[in-house]
Amino acid sequence: MERSTLQAINVARAARRAAVVVTDLSGGASQVFLEGARLQPEWDGLIVEALRSGRAGVAAVEGRSLFVNVHLPPPRIVAIGAVHISQALAELAAVAGFDMTIIDPRTAFATPERFRAVELLAEWPEDVLPSRPLDRYTALAALTHDPKIDDYPIRTALEAGCFYVGALGSRKTHAARVERLGQAGVPADVIGRIKAPIGLHIGAASPAEIAVAVLAEIIEALRSRDATGRTGGTR
Amino acid sequence: MRHKQRVTNMSKEPNILDPLEVAETWCSDGRKVALATVIETWGSAPRPIGSHLVIDEEGNFQGSVSGGCVEGAVIAEAMDIIESGTPKILEFGVADETAWRVGLSCGGRIRVYVERIDG
Repeated sequence: MERSTLQAINVARAARRAAVVVTDLSGGASQVFLEGARLQPEWDGLIVEALRSGRAGVAAVEGRSLFVNVHLPPPRIVAIGAVHISQALAELAAVAGFDMTIIDPRTAFATPERFRAVELLAEWPEDVLPSRPLDRYTALAALTHDPKIDDYPIRTALEAGCFYVGALGSRKTHAARVERLGQAGVPADVIGRIKAPIGLHIGAASPAEIAVAVLAEIIEALRSRDATGRTGGTR
Repeated sequence: MRHKQRVTNMSKEPNILDPLEVAETWCSDGRKVALATVIETWGSAPRPIGSHLVIDEEGNFQGSVSGGCVEGAVIAEAMDIIESGTPKILEFGVADETAWRVGLSCGGRIRVYVERIDG
């Protein structure tokens, strides 16, 4: 493999862009194909299928043996709310191998002292997300209980096909949320993708325990995705 | 020019859990590097297809292609491939005494492609 090929793969991975690397196993060159880039017709089927399934493997094309490797962006958690649960979730997410970003416009909560080794943005989700889009490799956990902060990222996550969308709040809080999202024109089946009350039912009580329940639910969603990488039909 | 590059690039520490990042950093540092990739598995295999092990000319390595069962053999082959530049496909199976003295205790079988990073 050429060093420039290796660099191209790493640039794509750093930019959270899916990439397919095709290596000729008879000692030929490697080629990198990026998600969304225009493809020559002879490559179309192989690359599109690799991106769709996320599965690597050996393929025989015109008598040549090719190895097709797929680099999908690593799963990421975006938490809305620099709250107590997020502090514990940041620690757990790092251990479990997730990238994590926390967004909260309330500067009293979003302080570097409360959050050390995690990306923390003390801004409104409306201001952050357009330049840092959510994608289907992202889990969104809305943890503020405040519709002014939570509702926009929840809608955006549903539109982006995030593999997990969870929202903190009692059944009553969530019923009001469902009502608001419905009035805003979000279809009922899409609203139904929101995990609420958030977290697996393990009787979690403390903020740290709730963080465990949320992370477990995120892992469950990640590992039970269908071949297209989605958990439900949102687009 | 190459010496200057070595100094500036060595300041960036790669994530040691990311073999492709390690490979790029090692290349920038002027080390000779081989990349091993699991290309096929049968039965119970410890690491999925696409997993990487990166090796330098001194036998330093990061990443994995198995649970530590066959890495030693892959590293030895990789050091030859760093010299020759000719890629190779290695195959490992359980108790595969004839072809290799190492095998997978899990009972699976894997094929590993080993290539040099050039340029």
